[in-house]
Amino acid sequence: MSCRKDGAKNWDQQAIAFSLETGKYHNMGINRRDFIKQLAGIGGIALFAKDVNVWAGEQTTTLRDSLGVLVDTTLCVGCRSCEKACNQINQELPRKTPQSFNDNSVFDKKRRMAADSYTVVNRYNNPGNSGNPVYVKFQCMHCADPACVSACIVGALTKESNGAVKYDPWKCIGCRYCMTACPFQVPAYEYNNATTPQVRKCTFCFEKRTSKGKAPACVQACPMEVMTFGKKRELIKIAKKRIEKYPDRYIPHLYGEHELGGTSWLYLSSLPFEKIDFPKFGYISTPSYTEPIQHAIFKHFIPPLTLFAVLGGFMWFLRQRKTESKSVLNEEGQEK
Amino acid sequence: MSFHETPTPIDKRFFTTGVKILIALMITGLSFGLYRMIFGLGSTTNLTDQYPWGMWIGVDVASGVALAAGGFTTAFLAHILHREHFHAIVRPALLTAMLGYTFVGIGLMFDLGRWYNIWHPALPMMWQGNSVLFEVGMCVMVYLTVLYIEFLPVVTERFIGQVNLPGMLSFFNEPIDRLLSFLDNILGKVMFVFVIAGVVLSCLHQSSLGTLMVISPYKMHPLYWSPLSPLFFLASAIAVGYPMVIFESMIASKSFGHKTEMDILTPLAKFIPYLLGSYIVLKIGDMIYRGTYVYLFEGSTQSRMFWLEFGILTVVPFLMLLSSRVRSSAGWLFTAATMYILGVLLNRCAVFFVAYQPPFAEKAYFPAIGEFALTIGLIATLMLVYRVFVSILPVIPAPERGAISSDNASIRIKQGI
Repeated sequence: MSCRKDGAKNWDQQAIAFSLETGKYHNMGINRRDFIKQLAGIGGIALFAKDVNVWAGEQTTTLRDSLGVLVDTTLCVGCRSCEKACNQINQELPRKTPQSFNDNSVFDKKRRMAADSYTVVNRYNNPGNSGNPVYVKFQCMHCADPACVSACIVGALTKESNGAVKYDPWKCIGCRYCMTACPFQVPAYEYNNATTPQVRKCTFCFEKRTSKGKAPACVQACPMEVMTFGKKRELIKIAKKRIEKYPDRYIPHLYGEHELGGTSWLYLSSLPFEKIDFPKFGYISTPSYTEPIQHAIFKHFIPPLTLFAVLGGFMWFLRQRKTESKSVLNEEGQEK
Repeated sequence: MSFHETPTPIDKRFFTTGVKILIALMITGLSFGLYRMIFGLGSTTNLTDQYPWGMWIGVDVASGVALAAGGFTTAFLAHILHREHFHAIVRPALLTAMLGYTFVGIGLMFDLGRWYNIWHPALPMMWQGNSVLFEVGMCVMVYLTVLYIEFLPVVTERFIGQVNLPGMLSFFNEPIDRLLSFLDNILGKVMFVFVIAGVVLSCLHQSSLGTLMVISPYKMHPLYWSPLSPLFFLASAIAVGYPMVIFESMIASKSFGHKTEMDILTPLAKFIPYLLGSYIVLKIGDMIYRGTYVYLFEGSTQSRMFWLEFGILTVVPFLMLLSSRVRSSAGWLFTAATMYILGVLLNRCAVFFVAYQPPFAEKAYFPAIGEFALTIGLIATLMLVYRVFVSILPVIPAPERGAISSDNASIRIKQGI
């Protein structure tokens, strides 16, 4: 339960232990009392356990039919064709020469997505086989219940029915709360644009490709067929089959199946995911920490209106009492 | 009400040395602000993709909102609980809140990338009810309006029957005067609605500010992440309301050469240990319940910050204010109040950028010179505007000439107020 007590340093382990347990609830169905107990372990959200419960059910349904991409990192050779294709299709990004994507010195440093690139490939040492490093492509994970969408003050970020998380710069006010909220630290910002800065992140090629059922540009461009595009439900089946068939090739974990309530992008790996810079997350999405609190405070405006009525009652009652005592005082004064 | 505490415009020389320093700070800060507007956030701040929120959110917005809590806490005390003894501090606190929130808005304009879209949350087509920030934004906007309405009687009181525009404009004298009388008349009857609304709105957005970072459980240091964070923010804002009033009142009386109104501030300080104590109990209770006390001695920046803002700048002033000697000594009371104000300031900074530990960050965030300059410049501007307001409008109660404050207290006690 309250696992924060064990182990001072790795505090993130705590939330995971807790969430993994709730994840079990999600999969195998632990009883409701245990579920509430676990929530109580982490704190006050126990009150809202019911909301979280309902939420988990809804999300799994939409998730099943949405599209996604399965990334088999064991197949990637680090050719950066995906980066090149991404730069070519997304016209809003600064143009780069096709040759610049042949430069392999970029692998000397770990890169992150930035305002000029929606996806990056990084190289990781392979302890088992040092001559054969592991390459990992990374981009927005298009979470099933995205924190950025929940956080956005004006709805500039939306979750589309095909799984894409879309950004609309015309609504955006540039508050960057989406960046604070994203657990994967994906959205980047045009800090050097003084007048019309945008939040930049992978669009799942929504406008040009995936809304028409076509695979994203990076998937299309990959010569090694590292990526498989399709219904998330199917992708999970494919991934599980691969893990079953080649137990020596993969670690038995499909990243993104349950992490944070699931993501549209799924990953297979030969190395433990922490070794290739994938954060360890629990199975509960982060908006399910804030949204129940927020919605409980504003439920049909009952709590604020009740507070208003209570304060008003106090004010009226105390004023009555005050005027009464004053009139008593005045009468006494007149007697004199 | 006794006549001596009637608020009057301050009639003092305006361009003192202090004011000149404030003007210099204001110009420096606003030039950095202008620089940011022309060259962008990247050139002026140390913000990165890893640290999207920094000093301007932590200090200008979050701390600004918390430190303006004197407005609703004194309104609650004087108007809802009808403690008339405290009426003298309501107007200064109200003015501080009004200017404080106005400057939160101005500060935000510098931080927002697309500041010209700041009105978007008000458009129903863009409402996003799941967003905690949306709730904060809406509440702050409505509360700011409420604050201006609450402040209107101060304006009508000053100008009714005294509208005297020169030359051509004199034509408008009568209509303006009639408008003021009309407002005065209406406001007197409906003000209670706004007073209560102000308290409710404050409770809502003060707590929602605390919910903002709850969405990042994996990025926050456990000493600062809790599902109870909204409650901590609300409780600490309520607790800092009166220390803030005490702080301002003492600065104002020093600056205008008035005698410190200890006969009001000492009884006011009596409430603080209860409010601050509740916050401390909540916070320690949460720490024990969730077992986060194991991080107290890990020696990280975050744990040191916690010791500083909670251990030293929250618990110590609480213990100090338990003593009646501290509460009745101007110097000690000022020290304790200032300590807790700094505590809240550091707490907000801790939550918004010190405890925030994003994955993949190469180095921790520290504010740039431009960020410091603009923040200081905005505070200086606020103080200047405050001074202009109190010179024109009846905000600060001027002690009667020659009267000694303790005598006033006894008069008031005899009058049963």
